[in-house]
Amino acid sequence: MNVTVNGKATETEAIALGAFLTEQRVKSPDQVSIELNGRILRREEFDSTTISEGDQIEFFYFMGGGRGAY
Amino acid sequence: MELTDTQIERYSRHIILEEVGLAGQERLLSARVLIVGAGGLGSPAALYLAAAGIGTIGIVDADTVDITNLQRQIAHRTADLGREKVISAAEKMSAINPDITVNTHRLFLQADNIAEVIDGYDFVIDGTDNFAAKFLINDACHFSRKAYVHAGILRFDGQMMTVLPGETACLRCIFGGPPPPGAVPSCSQAGVLGVLGGVLGTLQATEAVKHALGQGTLLTNALLKYNALDLSFRKVPVRRNPICPLCGDAPTITDLHDEALPVCDLKEARP
Repeated sequence: MNVTVNGKATETEAIALGAFLTEQRVKSPDQVSIELNGRILRREEFDSTTISEGDQIEFFYFMGGGRGAY
Repeated sequence: MELTDTQIERYSRHIILEEVGLAGQERLLSARVLIVGAGGLGSPAALYLAAAGIGTIGIVDADTVDITNLQRQIAHRTADLGREKVISAAEKMSAINPDITVNTHRLFLQADNIAEVIDGYDFVIDGTDNFAAKFLINDACHFSRKAYVHAGILRFDGQMMTVLPGETACLRCIFGGPPPPGAVPSCSQAGVLGVLGGVLGTLQATEAVKHALGQGTLLTNALLKYNALDLSFRKVPVRRNPICPLCGDAPTITDLHDEALPVCDLKEARP
């Protein structure tokens, strides 16, 4: 199945979002916010979300996790 | 405001630009920009904004200069080790441009002091390195209707977005809130290429200048993703999220609060 991930055409065997994250080497779903076809998914939706042909998927990573000293 | 002959010379490369001119330079000299964090992002932003003649620049940081900072925090020198970052940065800014006023705020922003600090400024640069500060700045700018620019850097990646509160997508529209403690590595754990602060910090400064001038298009409703290894910049469109807990249709965040700072024990993680 062909999808677009972070702007790049990508082939995937995964159907469940969780399997797709593993395939895309996202270490933990806690590290990303996910936009599917222009909509940011709720975290509670991750488990029930499936990937379909032509989907546009964007990963937004949390960036800047220090301990309080700028 | 009437520019002196020396100022006309100093800012001549700005003034010659049709989009700036004398009137634009006067706007810059009247502008008030707050930089939160005198670190990797804040250092280059502070130096360039001082050089550009942003008339009033506030700089917030409670920390002192540490040797691990010097690989990227270019406002500080080896001789500044142990000194207050805000003082060290302010000295360099005033040395570049004695025209400007630099306000030093030696504190960490919290829910009970941030509104008072940002009140005196028109635009805020988030140069912080932790999620508690990042979401606090996002929220405070929302409640104060203050334009601000977010940025984050980690390893070889950077990201950035400008927010016009109530009008364009905010940090919580994308992320909701901070990640669970330990889910995301920090720069001290995962590393960061020093020049990334320069790339993203100067882009943040550019947004501040554009905002002051009223020129161009701000990086709103889009998250800029930068990767240094690929030398790729992607401007990813985002939009206001109806379920955003801050600026969505049924907000659950109605006043300022401090997010917990994570206890970092992550051994290995990378985006």
